[in-house]
Amino acid sequence: MTVNKGRIFAALAAMAIFSGALATVMSEKGEAHAAPATKQDAAPAAAPAAVNTFNRLLKGAGERNLPPTEDGIHDPANPGTALLQTPRDAFSTLSKSTGAMGNGVNWVEALKNNQINPRYDRLNPAEEAVVFDLDIVREVKGSMPNVVYPHDRHTMWLDCSNCHPDIFIPQKGANQISMAQIVMGEKCGVCHGKVAFPVGECRRCHSQNKDASGAPAAKAKK
Amino acid sequence: MAPWDPKRSPAESARSARGATSCPSSGLLARFRRVRRWMLFALPPLAFLAPMDAPAEYADVVINNNSEREGVRPVIYPHWFHRIRFRCKVCHSELGFEMKAGGNNITMLGLMDGKHCGMCHNGDVAWSLENCNRCHSGLPGLKTGIRGGHQSTGPGEY
Ligand code: HEC
Ligand code: HEC
Ligand code: HEC
Ligand code: HEC
Ligand code: HEC
Ligand code: HEC
Repeated sequence: MTVNKGRIFAALAAMAIFSGALATVMSEKGEAHAAPATKQDAAPAAAPAAVNTFNRLLKGAGERNLPPTEDGIHDPANPGTALLQTPRDAFSTLSKSTGAMGNGVNWVEALKNNQINPRYDRLNPAEEAVVFDLDIVREVKGSMPNVVYPHDRHTMWLDCSNCHPDIFIPQKGANQISMAQIVMGEKCGVCHGKVAFPVGECRRCHSQNKDASGAPAAKAKK
Repeated sequence: MAPWDPKRSPAESARSARGATSCPSSGLLARFRRVRRWMLFALPPLAFLAPMDAPAEYADVVINNNSEREGVRPVIYPHWFHRIRFRCKVCHSELGFEMKAGGNNITMLGLMDGKHCGMCHNGDVAWSLENCNRCHSGLPGLKTGIRGGHQSTGPGEY
């Protein structure tokens, strides 16, 4: 019994110390953001009732990339949460994508323009990626532009073994791919819609226009 | 069989590690055991404060196979944060992470032996495992899976 009381006391003491630490961190953050917060308050006058916002389902740029303390999955009461980076800060210097879904970053451009320099080896920052340049055109029935699959922009990030042979047999046309599979998280959807640009950005995959007969109208833009 | 033997099932080794006295990293393990206890107390039932349509970050991975059951917060792995620092090839080819949320059978004992997150979170490539609450940062009740994509809102929502 006494042992238990001692433990509970120790636990409470630990909580008190950590909430103190948390309060310090939070108040520091609060001070840092005090000025812009008041500006924002003044700008949108007479906003309509929150239930009838113009875009109900489309997330505005402001609601995306929230700090971990407000994103609804991190525990704001956890002292470590306040230490984590806010995605908005991390992405502020990176090229933007036009899509309304995803994290709003154009990772292809960010890498090409040296805005980021992710390592290709766990320890050696100097190791260069082995880039393989081969475009695969997949003709799409109907009016939708053809899909151009670029090996170069994938092998800048990935190893051949990440796709071959588990996701795709390395042979042109040997794989059945449909949009339904992609949306359900198979084929291209293993990555697109989860960690790479989302499925809503149709034009980035369906990039080769064709004329009425179905023949390619123009060369695929690189 | 030693508790860190790779052939043991993770649950088995975790169970014996809790009662183990002859563990190679018993200092850290003792701390690990103590810290677990207060983390249990410090889990306030805040879930009701979470908004219904949680605007979780695109590519935050929740890993909660064992965490909550074992008395700590679910792990939130910021996938977007790591890809700024490493290419996919490093983790999914060199280090052997399966491309499947929750599909890697990660345990704390494994991490201490330098597996999974422990290949970098070792005080050398990145900060070390003592910082429990940077990884165990999720609200109680989260399910394992990737957040913020169309997959989390159901098929057809893309
Ligand atoms: C390839 C190396 C590597 C692996 C594997 C790795 N990390 Fe990291 N992680 C890093 C680096 C580097 C940082 C940045 C460290 C710093 O800021 O000093 C980091 C930072 C973090 C952060 C803090 C992010 C922030 O906002 O500052 C979290 C949380 C995290 N890692 C969790 C994990 C988890 C969970 C795993 C395993 C599922 C993992 N990491 C695996 C290298 C790695
Ligand atoms: C992101 C996934 C991905 C990665 C990584 C990848 N490939 Fe592919 N690869 C594909 C797809 C998709 C196809 C087309 C298959 C089809 O048309 O059915 C393909 C086709 C091929 C083909 C067949 C070409 C033809 O004309 O028949 C070869 C060869 C190939 N890949 C080699 C490689 C090599 C070598 C690497 C590494 C340098 C690599 N791939 C990396 C997805 C990938
Ligand atoms: C990640 C790349 C990618 C994105 C993003 C993408 N598609 Fe596709 N799409 C494909 C591939 C691959 C196919 C299969 C082509 C084939 O038949 O070989 C396809 C096929 C199709 C087809 C033909 C029918 C079918 O289901 O196979 C239609 C229609 C289509 N896409 C519409 C869309 C629309 C609309 C969007 C945007 C909301 C979109 N796609 C976004 C890759 C993509
Ligand atoms: C293993 C993961 C993976 C798979 C599978 C995959 N991709 Fe990608 N893809 C990526 C990554 C990572 C990028 C870099 C951009 C990003 O992350 O948004 C990328 C970029 C692209 C780009 C370049 C976009 C641009 O703006 O230049 C196209 C096009 C593309 N993917 C099409 C496809 C198609 C079509 C398939 C299926 C045949 C596919 N991808 C399968 C991971 C993948
Ligand atoms: C620092 C390590 C690291 C890097 C770099 C990394 N990943 Fe991951 N990835 C992980 C971890 C850890 C998980 C979660 C595995 C788990 O839950 O067991 C994951 C999960 C995934 C998943 C599964 C998502 C799901 O819903 O099941 C995919 C797909 C993926 N990564 C693709 C990629 C692509 C594409 C890249 C490059 C743009 C990349 N990863 C870069 C560590 C990494
Ligand atoms: C680098 C990130 C990281 C750090 C730091 C970390 N953990 Fe974990 N921990 C994980 C991951 C990932 C899992 C697997 C989660 C799951 O499957 O539920 C895990 C699992 C656990 C589990 C579940 C059972 C087990 O033993 O595997 C407990 C308990 C736990 N951690 C406690 C702790 C404590 C206490 C600390 C601080 C000493 C800590 N963790 C530090 C990432 C981390």
